[in-house]
Amino acid sequence: MKRGLDGPAPEERPTPAGRRNKQGIRIDPEVEATHEPRRTVISALVEHEPGVLSDVSGLFSRRQFNIESLTVGPTDDDDRARITLVVEEPDPGIEQVKKQLRKLVPVISVRELAPDAMRRELALVKVDAADPAQVNAVADMYDAKTVDSSPETATFEITGARQKIEAAIETFSQFGIREISRTGTTALARGTDDTAAPMSATESAAETANQQDQSYTADDD
Amino acid sequence: MSERAASITPTEEQDDEQRADAEITDGATPETDDVTESETTTDPVTSGAEAVVRALENAGVEYAFGVQGGAIMPVYDALYDSDITHVTMAHEQGAAHAADAYGIVSGEPGICLATSGPGATNLVTGIADADMDSDPMVALTGQVPTEFVGNDAFQETDTTGVTTPITKDNTFAADPDRVGSDVSEAFALASEGRPGPTLVDLPKDVTKSETDREPDAPTTPDTYEVQERADEDLVDAAAERIENSSRPVMLLGGGVIKGEASEACREFAMEHEIPVITTMPGLGAFPEDHELSLEMAGMHGTGYANMAITHCDTLIGIGTRFDDRLTGGIETFAPDAELIHVDIDPAEISKNIHADYPLVGDAETVVEQLAAAVDASPEAKKWRAQCQQWKSDYSMAYDAPEDEPVQPEFVVEALDEATSDSAIVTTGVGQHQMWACQYWTFTEPQTWVSSHGLGTMGYGLPAAIGARLAADDDQEVVCVDGDGSFLMTLQGLSVAVRENLDITVAVLNNEYIGMVRQWQDAFFEGRHAASEYNWMPEFDKLAEAFGACGFRIDDYDDVAETIEAAIAYDGPSVIDVHIDPQANVYPMVPSGGDNGQFALTEDQL
Repeated sequence: MKRGLDGPAPEERPTPAGRRNKQGIRIDPEVEATHEPRRTVISALVEHEPGVLSDVSGLFSRRQFNIESLTVGPTDDDDRARITLVVEEPDPGIEQVKKQLRKLVPVISVRELAPDAMRRELALVKVDAADPAQVNAVADMYDAKTVDSSPETATFEITGARQKIEAAIETFSQFGIREISRTGTTALARGTDDTAAPMSATESAAETANQQDQSYTADDD
Repeated sequence: MSERAASITPTEEQDDEQRADAEITDGATPETDDVTESETTTDPVTSGAEAVVRALENAGVEYAFGVQGGAIMPVYDALYDSDITHVTMAHEQGAAHAADAYGIVSGEPGICLATSGPGATNLVTGIADADMDSDPMVALTGQVPTEFVGNDAFQETDTTGVTTPITKDNTFAADPDRVGSDVSEAFALASEGRPGPTLVDLPKDVTKSETDREPDAPTTPDTYEVQERADEDLVDAAAERIENSSRPVMLLGGGVIKGEASEACREFAMEHEIPVITTMPGLGAFPEDHELSLEMAGMHGTGYANMAITHCDTLIGIGTRFDDRLTGGIETFAPDAELIHVDIDPAEISKNIHADYPLVGDAETVVEQLAAAVDASPEAKKWRAQCQQWKSDYSMAYDAPEDEPVQPEFVVEALDEATSDSAIVTTGVGQHQMWACQYWTFTEPQTWVSSHGLGTMGYGLPAAIGARLAADDDQEVVCVDGDGSFLMTLQGLSVAVRENLDITVAVLNNEYIGMVRQWQDAFFEGRHAASEYNWMPEFDKLAEAFGACGFRIDDYDDVAETIEAAIAYDGPSVIDVHIDPQANVYPMVPSGGDNGQFALTEDQL
């Protein structure tokens, strides 16, 4: 007996010419349209309660978002903490990061920061100090503050944009770096702009309804 | 319903005793007027556990499904005095599935309970299932006393840790004064906005502790905001797009049923004569016997639905998350279509398929907004004719020669015929589930109860138990199961027998894990690694051992008569249907393939 159903075979059927890319966006099949990843800073205001950090970090690992750094700390309100994320994703992925974050019940508000936002990182760098004069000269160059010194080592605190810290570490490496500890980026929006603050219901509704592509450029630090 | 299911232990005498007590108290209190007399529990709460139960009562819970155990004992002790009917299940997985199905059929969160450790982890599959399908559910788990938490105490599991990725929200209840409100909040969160499972982990010392705090009303936290109405400008733009389309299609997902938008969608489609496709969770959202219905699209959807979805120019997707079993390969999914996407969850917009018109809001509200905004029906006469042509080109027909083994499609159709339109169908997962989708004619919402996103084998029987308790008395409940699926949770039969639940289970028995066998034939050179189940028990005899009624079908002569007898039987019955072991499910879109290139036979794969 026959197995299967009747009807024109696949090759006898019409096929549309259109195509979508991996992000589900319709594309001109003649032109290769892909979204390049960009790096951006996302700030989230959350309830300061146990488990919220694991909610957020678990969300990122199970959704395979490409997170570069995640910092968390208290705010002026005892019940609120601020989480700052540096994400590297194509635009649709960044939109998903924001939307998935908003879904978490302890998350109060989420905002992607403008490229000119203030971004800072802290690094502690412990170097060999066989030649204290030279080490201190480099430290001065990067406004690094001495936080500990011993006959063999000196430890510096450097704050600033990620690039400055990278440059400092590279320069310090000529002396031999023993250990490094870095915090990841924390950030605030400039001027009177809210970074991520409690929004009124209508504001957040307008934000979620507005799915138009954001026009931020991928300008880091 | 309550006479059908025996509540936890209260024997009749105890029950009467309580009632007598209540009467005495009522009589002694002159302020008690007629209104409060009808209230069941008015005593103040005295413990965390009582606050938990009070929260459930306040939310109107009728049934709870679970298994007793060490860390949850205080809650069960409090349930003992409650009017909530507790249904003891044979395994916690069954409790979660029963609660899940109860939520689907009733539209209210189903409740499941388990103790700490293994009890809680046994719930995990059912919670994950509810999460994938956005079913409203509240899970309450016992936990070791707070002072032991984190010490690897006996029967300890980090339940909130384990369930974080598979719940809409979960809470470790740390405070006896808050625990009732924690449960109220979990209840509200489970059903508001996009539904989903929530969990409250209840340490034994917290539920045992004294408290006189009544739970707060079931409300969601301030941080949880749901947008009901879509942006008007976007609605107008979408309406214009619909008016100007020549090949429109509506795609109704499970959200249409959960959002009670079936009626609004039907009216919209019929008024503007737009062909309608459903996803698998959307079965029943639109009557499949209507001319505009193209039934289900996707991996095992109909050929005509898949042709229409591939060739449409405007896709109105409502309450669907564009799962890969629906879309096939993203590149070839509705490649000519502008997508109007209605969803209550903003995170579903442009997650898998880019939405050109994102309409965030409640399905019913947004469809009504759209209906008000669309002034002229699209001119799509040619398109509708094309869809009808595809319907006849790729019709869902099958051969059923008398001298061959029974074809599964025939059995599904016979079951459909023997039951009313309001009958509820539950299934396990596998070939039988797909035949049920394809050959049962669904016409009403909330009549299709299945495991979609997670694809949980063993879902069917416990789901039938939950569905039975949520359904109206005159609704039949039929579980179309597979032999492999049924074997996974058949201990639930003991529950169905104890509670004398009127359920008919039809096991489409091919002595294979049939869907795996089908894929092995197609993609693994017919090497049937671990998929041959020719060691199956005789399910009719097994049913009788449990105290249910057993039937067996071997050939076509038995089908109609046996099904009639099984459905007529007032209690759980199991039909062991020996079907053609080589029958396969077609049409089929290979995983990640092009929906328009569905295979009609094995040669086309």
